Amino acid sequence: MNFDDTPQEAAFRAEARAWIQANAPKQYEEELRKSSLGRTVLKGANILEVAKAWQKKKADAGWACLHWPKEYGGRGASPIERVIWQQEEGPFGKLSGMFIIGHGMCGPTMMAFAGEEQKRKYLPPLASGEKVWCQLFSEPAGGSDVAGLRTRAEKKGDDWIINGQKIWTSGAHYSDYGILLTRTDPTVPKHKGLTMFFLDMKSPGVEVRPIKQASGQSDFNEVYFTDVVIPDSQRLGAVNDGWNVSLTTLMNERMSIGAGVSTGFPELFDFCNSLMLEEGPAIEDRSVRSRLANYAVKASGLRYTSMRAISALSKGERPGPENSIGKLVAGSMVQEVAMYALDLQGAAGVLSGPEDAEVAGKFQAMLLRAPGTRVEGGTDEIMRNIIAERVLGLPGDIRVDKDVPFNQIPTKGR
Amino acid sequence: MNFDFSDEQKQMRDAARKFLAEKCPPKAVREVLDGKAPYDKALWKGLAEMGFLGVAIPEEFGGAGAGHLELCVIAEEMGRANAPVPFSSTVYLAAEALLLAGSGAQKQKWLPKIASGEAIGTLALFEGKGNPSPKAIKLQASGGTLNGVKKPVPDGAIADFAVVAARTGSTGRDSDISLFLVDLKAGGVETKSLTNVDPTRGQAELTFKNAKAEPLGAAGDGWSILTQVLDRAAVLLAFEQVGGSDRALEMGRDYALDRIAFGRPIGSFQAVKHILADMYVSATLARSNCYYGAWALSTNASELPEAAAAARISATQAFQHCSKNNIQVHGGMGFTWEFDCHMYYRRANATALTLGSLSYWEDQLIDRMRKKNAA
Ligand SMILES: Cc1cc2nc3c(=O)[nH]c(=O)nc-3n(C[C@H](O)[C@H](O)[C@H](O)COP(=O)(O)OP(=O)(O)OC[C@H]3O[C@@H](n4cnc5c(N)ncnc54)[C@H](O)[C@@H]3O)c2cc1C
Repeated sequence: MNFDDTPQEAAFRAEARAWIQANAPKQYEEELRKSSLGRTVLKGANILEVAKAWQKKKADAGWACLHWPKEYGGRGASPIERVIWQQEEGPFGKLSGMFIIGHGMCGPTMMAFAGEEQKRKYLPPLASGEKVWCQLFSEPAGGSDVAGLRTRAEKKGDDWIINGQKIWTSGAHYSDYGILLTRTDPTVPKHKGLTMFFLDMKSPGVEVRPIKQASGQSDFNEVYFTDVVIPDSQRLGAVNDGWNVSLTTLMNERMSIGAGVSTGFPELFDFCNSLMLEEGPAIEDRSVRSRLANYAVKASGLRYTSMRAISALSKGERPGPENSIGKLVAGSMVQEVAMYALDLQGAAGVLSGPEDAEVAGKFQAMLLRAPGTRVEGGTDEIMRNIIAERVLGLPGDIRVDKDVPFNQIPTKGR
Repeated sequence: MNFDFSDEQKQMRDAARKFLAEKCPPKAVREVLDGKAPYDKALWKGLAEMGFLGVAIPEEFGGAGAGHLELCVIAEEMGRANAPVPFSSTVYLAAEALLLAGSGAQKQKWLPKIASGEAIGTLALFEGKGNPSPKAIKLQASGGTLNGVKKPVPDGAIADFAVVAARTGSTGRDSDISLFLVDLKAGGVETKSLTNVDPTRGQAELTFKNAKAEPLGAAGDGWSILTQVLDRAAVLLAFEQVGGSDRALEMGRDYALDRIAFGRPIGSFQAVKHILADMYVSATLARSNCYYGAWALSTNASELPEAAAAARISATQAFQHCSKNNIQVHGGMGFTWEFDCHMYYRRANATALTLGSLSYWEDQLIDRMRKKNAA
C-alpha cells in the first residue's frame, strides 16, 4: 500500500505539470478556483470559448481524453495517469464540464458500437472539444425508467424517420452531435423494442428549446424531433438492441470515477476557518467542529474509495456497480453542506448577490444546483437500488410491466 | 500508487478469517457474554500459536516482525469475529506503548510474553467520565510508586501488566504527565471487574496503593507518547470496527434474503434494500478511510494524526450504523438474546467509547486539519 509515484508516474507528473504551467489560461485561475459547482462564470469572457480553446490546446499537445486510444484523439494513458493529470490540472479541470457527457458517455459508446471509419471521423474532434456531444435519453415519460421512452424511429428505405420529444438534455443548445435512444417496436415489452443512433444536431427537424431550471440557469433543454432523417449507417448496435447499447453508455458513466465528485467539503472547511461568529471563529465552535468532522470523513472516504477503485482498475479489474456510491454520497452531502454554510450566516444567509453574500454567493449557488445533482445520472433511489441489487445481490424490484407489450402499459398513475 | 493490501497480506487475512471462523464461532463468544469465562483462553492461546499476537512485534522481541499493515488485516478479522479476547488492549495499546517508548530491557521483558500469549497488557488512562486529557489525570506518581484509581481500564481484571498514565508535575502543562509500567501481579494494585455494555470485553477499576512502578519513556513525555499510542490504536481499532460493520451488513443481507413476509423475501422491499445499501455505503467509506490510516500507520507518515482521527470517526459511525440497522432488518428476532445481532450492537457501542468518544475524535480531527492547513 503506497501513495508514492513510481518513476514512470513521477515522470508523467512532471511532464504534465510543466505543460500546464506553460499553457493553462492562468488569467482565469483564481475565478475558477473560487467558482462553485455548477456555476462557473468568467468575467468578461465566454466560458464556452475559453473551455473549447483549453480543450483544443490539450488535444493538440496530446493531453485530451487521456485514456482513449491515440487513433481516436487520446493518449492511451493508464487510469493512474488520468488521476495524476486531474490532480495537476486542478481548477482548470472545471473547464471540462461541458465535455463530460461527450467524453464520458457518448465517446465510449461510439467506440464500442460505431464503425471504424466513423470512429476515426467523429472521435478526434470530440476529444479536442471542437465538436460537443449530448445524450438524448430522458423523456417526460422515461427518466429513471429510461426504457419507458416514446420517441419513435421508423424505417424508410435506408433511413430512419424520428418523431418525438426528449427532455433535460444537458448542453443540447451548444451540441453538434448526440446519441439518441428511440423506440422501434412498441408491440414488444419495453426493453426489447429500443434502438440507438447518433445524429447531427443540426439536422432538419431537430428543435432545441432551453428549459429554465430551478436554479434559474438554463443548462438543459427540451429537444423536439419532427420527421428527422437519420441514415441507417448511424445506427449503434442492432435494431431493437438499444437497451444493451444504452447499458454500455451508463456503465461508462461509472468509468468517469477518479474524476472525483465534488462534496463541497473543502469549500465549507475554508469558510468555517474564516467566518467570524459572535463568539469567535466558527471553526472554534464545538458544534461546528462536529459537523465539519462528519463531512470531512465522508469526503475523505469518497476520495480513498475512488483511489481503491483506480488501484483495482489499474490491475485490470472492471469498474463495478460499487462505484455508484460516489454520486449518492456526494449529491446529498453537497446539498447539506450548502444548507449548513447558509445556516452559519444566519439572516444574511438568504442574500445571494455577489457583493452582499459571503464568499460571493458560492453556497447559495450550490444550494440551488444541488437538487439537480441528486437527480441527474440516476436519482439517489436508483443508486441505492443499484447497490442493493448488483452489489449486495438482493432481489430486483417487482416489475409489473416486464412482459407486457409496450403499447399496453398504462401511462397515468390515476 | 497502489491503494490496496498485497496478495500476501490478503492471504494472511484469509488465514485469519478461516482460523477465527473455526475457533471463534458465535457460540464461543457467548461463553464469555454469559459470564462463563472472563475471556476465551483457548482462542488466545491459538492466536499466539498462529503468530497473530506478535505480528507487528520485531523478531528480536519474539514477534513475527511482519508490520502494521499485517496487523491491520488481523484486526479486521478480530472485529468481524467479535473475538472475546484482550487483543486490542494488549496488542494495540500495551505493545505499541512499549514499542514506542520502552527501554531495551522493558521490551525484552514484556514483548516476547505478549507475542507468546503469556502476558496480557493494558493501558490505564481514564479516571471516570471524560475523554483523554492531561487535566483529567490525577493519579500521583512519587518515589517509584503510584497512588490513585483508574477506571474504566479495558481488560484490567485479567491483565498482567499495565501502562499507567500518572501525574508527575503541577505546572498545568502536558509535561506534567509521565507513563509508568506496573506489574499488576506484584502487589499494590486492587482490581475489580465492572459491568459494562459489552461483557465480551471486560472493563475494570484498578486501585493503586503504593504500587511499584517503573518509568516508561522519559519523565514528562507521557502525554506525547500517549497521543501517539492512541493514534496508532485508533487505526487498528478502526479496522476491528470495519470488520464488525461488514459482518453486521452480511448478517442483515442474509436475513433479508431468507425471511419471507407478504409472500416475498423482505430483501425485495425497497425500504429494506435501501437500509442495506446505506449500510454498505457507511462500511465502504469507513474501509477507505481505514486504508489511508493503515498506510499512514505503516509508514509513520506525518499524516498519521489526521488519518487516524478520520479512520476512527468513520469506522465508529459505520459500526454503530450497521449494527443498529442489522437489528432493524431482523425485526423482532433481532431483539432476542438468541440472535447474534446484539453482540455486534454491544461491541459497536462499547468500542465507540474505549479510546475516547466520537465527539472527542471529531474535535481532534478538526484541530489536526487546522494545524496542517496553517502549516
Ligand atoms: C441537471 C440535470 C441534467 C440532466 N441531463 C440529462 C442529459 O443530458 N440527458 C438525459 O438523457 N437526461 C438528463 N437528465 C435526466 C435525468 O437522467 C432524469 O431526470 C433522472 O434519471 C430521473 O428521471 P425523472 O426526472 O423522470 O424522474 P422520475 O423517474 O419520474 O422520478 C421521480 C421520483 O421517483 C423516484 N423513482 C422513480 N423510479 C423509482 C424506482 N424504481 N424506485 C424508487 N424510486 C423511484 C425517483 O427517485 C424520484 O424521486 C438530467 C436531469 C437533470 C436534473
